[in-house]
Amino acid sequence: MQPFTTHTGVVAALDRANVDTDQIIPKQFLKRIERTGFGQFLFCDWRFLPDGAPNPEFELNRPAAAGASILLARRNFGCGSSREHAPWALADYGFRAVIAPTFADIFFNNCFQNGMVPIRLDEADVDELFRRTAAAAAAGGQYRLHVDLRACEVSDDAGFRKSFAVDPFRRQCLLEGLDDIGLTLRQVDAIGVWEQAHGLPPVAG
Amino acid sequence: MEGPPVLYIDRHLVHEVTSPQAFEGLRLAGRRVRRPEATFATPDHNVPTSDRRLPIADPISKQQIDTLRANCREFGVRLFDLDDADQGIVHVIGPELGITQPGMTIVCGDSHTATHGALGALAFGIGTSEVEHVLATQTLRQAKPKSFEVRVDGALAHGVTAKDLVLYLIGRLSTEGGTGYVIEYTGPCIRRLGMEERMTVCNMSIEAGARAGMIAPDATTFDYLRGRDLAPRDFDRAVAAWEKLPTDTGARYDRVEVYAGADVVPQVTWGTNPAQVTGIDAAVPDPDSFTDPNDRSSAARALEYMGLVGGTKLVDIPLDRVFIGSCTNSRIEDLRAAARVPDILTPGQRCASTSNRNFEGRQGKGGRTHLVSPAMAAAAAVAGHFVDIRKWEYK
Repeated sequence: MQPFTTHTGVVAALDRANVDTDQIIPKQFLKRIERTGFGQFLFCDWRFLPDGAPNPEFELNRPAAAGASILLARRNFGCGSSREHAPWALADYGFRAVIAPTFADIFFNNCFQNGMVPIRLDEADVDELFRRTAAAAAAGGQYRLHVDLRACEVSDDAGFRKSFAVDPFRRQCLLEGLDDIGLTLRQVDAIGVWEQAHGLPPVAG
Repeated sequence: MEGPPVLYIDRHLVHEVTSPQAFEGLRLAGRRVRRPEATFATPDHNVPTSDRRLPIADPISKQQIDTLRANCREFGVRLFDLDDADQGIVHVIGPELGITQPGMTIVCGDSHTATHGALGALAFGIGTSEVEHVLATQTLRQAKPKSFEVRVDGALAHGVTAKDLVLYLIGRLSTEGGTGYVIEYTGPCIRRLGMEERMTVCNMSIEAGARAGMIAPDATTFDYLRGRDLAPRDFDRAVAAWEKLPTDTGARYDRVEVYAGADVVPQVTWGTNPAQVTGIDAAVPDPDSFTDPNDRSSAARALEYMGLVGGTKLVDIPLDRVFIGSCTNSRIEDLRAAARVPDILTPGQRCASTSNRNFEGRQGKGGRTHLVSPAMAAAAAVAGHFVDIRKWEYK
């Protein structure tokens, strides 16, 4: 897994609550058997017009969001289907972090498996980031944030600085790009003991 | 590095959409499936609704099903294939075959895995990376969730179903009221529900944000499981163990909400998430009636997508289509009120659906989905618009 330590990037503001994983990646694109190549379908129904041209109204298609790698959204981001294709699509598009007041549980877990940090900030702080992103866009520019997973902090160059909470295990895995299956398999003896104690036959081989 | 607790997984259900990358991960790392006998697979998302003896027309759908077949063969996983009489939607066949049993931990790469909680199992959806983790280790790293008792007293009125009940609960809890919790549904109203109705309730726990919903096993559960293909052979001994599972009297939950079954009227969603719901005797709400700015803008967006205006009575909304199906409501009792089943809506088409999600585009780009119970859907199919099923001659 791609490690995550610090990242500085352009913020794309998606001013919507309850963005579900069906919107992040519609179901007709779930048929691939690879983990890659989903970015082209990200937010497909919103991002493209019926003729396939980019929808200029959609937040990610605006000049202020060009090259964005940090997604800012409203509460309950990633609700609905458990499809990991959603974080795959976001990561493949180029996002390294998603900031929202709250996330759906399964999506939140899935992000960590894909080198992407989901960051929960207070609603008031998220409001402030929306204001700063809009102000930069209104001035014809882009808004940048700095995410530091070592310090668990989000900051900009104009005085915004907030810390965020993250599970220490998930943080360590992300900082070091660790394979958590490998970590669990280090405890394989304990798993075997548990199985034996619960009447399961030994694992073959 | 300590990490979250390692939870042993008793049953792992696998389908074709969320598993190919997990099996590929095993192959690349030279790992095997630790407990093939605890792993059950079936293709259920790309299954044609037409004649399935014919080859699958969509080559990518076919590839996904072929991949599941090859993976099951390679890793020794039992597959209920397309031509198997036991093939079906994974959340329907798990209980039907007796794979799902009280007290088990059950996972599947599918958010509606909570369905199996109806039998007193701890069952929840996981992502594909976690599917790979369970295949390789038969465990999952899982922080302990908070507990949430949703108690429903009394009984449902005539014509009001489990689907109405769960939509009503989601409307009150919001789409994220259950986030971070496992819900236990308790109370006399829940105890009165049959097993299929309990599955409908638990299935939609995720629509309130809860990864899992469960109902303590009782005589209804045991009667349902007795004689199922994969139920325990020494059934009475199993029942004796299962009877010890229910939550202790006086146990404390992190959160408790109490509702009255009698307050539930038939429900219809008016928006683009399942919490945007109201009773059939009500009208579509005005977005300005919401105090929270997020709720207000969500409602305004939803009404625009749905082509509705605040104040319209639900019974005055005309319908183009009716859909009876999905893992929430596709059981035989649901289909007895059968209707023509369209696969996909065209933009702007309005559908009464027994499905579990009314998200934008979920039933086809631009399609407008209203979630209702199977009985309400069937009545709407006859009338051409929503009707209050309680006012019909309903046997």
